[in-house]
Amino acid sequence: MGLLEVAGPIMVGPSSSHTLGALKIARFAYKLMGIPEEVTFVLHGSFALTYKGHGTDRALLAGIVGLKPDDTRVKDAFAIAQSYGLKFNFEVSDLGEVHPNTVLVKAKRGNIYNEVRGSSVGGGAIKINQINGVDCDLTGEFPTLVILNRDLPGALRGILECITYNIANVYLRRVNALEGLALTIIELDSNIDDETLKKLRTNKYVLEIYNVKSEEGENLGIQ
Amino acid sequence: MKKVRTLVFSDLLTIWRNTGLEFSEIILAQEMMETGRDPVAVKRSLKYLMDVMLEEAQKNFGKPFKTLTGLTGNNAAKLCASKPRVLSEFNWVATVTALSMAESNAAMGRIVACPTAGSCGVMPAMLYALRNVKEADNEGLLKAFIVASGVGNVVAKKATLSGAAGGCQAEIGTATAMAAALMTYYFSHNPETVGHASALALKSLMGLVCDPVGGFVEVPCVKRNAIAVNVAIACAEMALAGIESVIPFDEVVEAMYHVGRSLPESLKETGLGGIAATRTAQKLVESIHKTLNSGSET
Repeated sequence: MGLLEVAGPIMVGPSSSHTLGALKIARFAYKLMGIPEEVTFVLHGSFALTYKGHGTDRALLAGIVGLKPDDTRVKDAFAIAQSYGLKFNFEVSDLGEVHPNTVLVKAKRGNIYNEVRGSSVGGGAIKINQINGVDCDLTGEFPTLVILNRDLPGALRGILECITYNIANVYLRRVNALEGLALTIIELDSNIDDETLKKLRTNKYVLEIYNVKSEEGENLGIQ
Repeated sequence: MKKVRTLVFSDLLTIWRNTGLEFSEIILAQEMMETGRDPVAVKRSLKYLMDVMLEEAQKNFGKPFKTLTGLTGNNAAKLCASKPRVLSEFNWVATVTALSMAESNAAMGRIVACPTAGSCGVMPAMLYALRNVKEADNEGLLKAFIVASGVGNVVAKKATLSGAAGGCQAEIGTATAMAAALMTYYFSHNPETVGHASALALKSLMGLVCDPVGGFVEVPCVKRNAIAVNVAIACAEMALAGIESVIPFDEVVEAMYHVGRSLPESLKETGLGGIAATRTAQKLVESIHKTLNSGSET
């Protein structure tokens, strides 16, 4: 928190936690995989109770089609989502021991399927706390790599060797012992270049890689 | 581990007394020490935020809005169409602007959360009235805006800006202290006077609870923005006349934080206490939920 966070951000209303935070969680999923063909938003707690009156539904749709938090078209998100042919669905459910403002985004495009769970923790700040079932603790402000990799000795070392950037956090968990799959989430200080991404894509341990980039000023809306 | 002490308002005043530097530059230098951000870039970003507020204020002034729940939306238009009986032109312009921005927020318009979305009408109201009624120059306005942001930053660091954590006094109270600082610095260039104005403003809204009907940022939030800018104007005017706050700003902020901590949860953005708990509010919420759940969303 600094001067700019106090004096900003620029956003569309009405609520930093119910609108801005929700948009940022869905936008994380968009940055992960692009606009999906189908999406289900599972709303928990306070999100479940008040999502229509706060425009949380529109904010989520705006985020999943890639609109930024200060885009005045957020209120027209239903029409925009339809123009992309996006099939969307809102569900209300108890997601368990999570923050009251939590949403689970389930997004599908072709044979790609991802789940992102995030909480809007106040003042527009978010925590992405689960990706495809693997617990993590991301603010969404830093570039993040999400990698589905082979669950083999040396896999993590092989992946990290490709990355010359400063790594802030690493989360790793086996997701399927039978098929030998693990999920690695790497939070970085800066965006990776195309060469590094290519190296990772062709790495023998890497099966799928998603590059969630951070954009200059996107969190404050300052250009 | 090495502990870095964050500077409070009185520390900034001491630096100013010892150096005589432009106070907005002291605030930018402090920001660089704490966050490592380039002061030139921060100043440019703050100017951008200020310009967006002025642009949106101009665009939305006195317009009707269709808000998400329909509980508000015509207040700015009503006041704009009404010739003021006693309010000065400055207060009237500021009040209309505050209503306009708060209603635009409730209608999913673009706002600057300065310091929060719920209190987004107060600062642009002061900026817009200064520019349009007092023909304030951009450079003077920017310096005053930086000082106001510095005042808000003190609250953010020592207390909270969140209604859920500290009640409305943390949101609207801080916005009012910032707006009072803005006006006071613009006319006086004196940070000591700013400290008094901000302390007076925060004291006058001490204990204000966060009790939005249905949890939605409309009732009483929209009209509170309009009242708050008038409080800010009165506090700034008093400070500019030489009236001092007996209690210094930093201590008022601490007091506000303690009051916020001792408020029950029902009075902190839960929609369960205050006017949100009234019979009329309950009935309204019931009918809003019915309408929202039956209406098609496209």
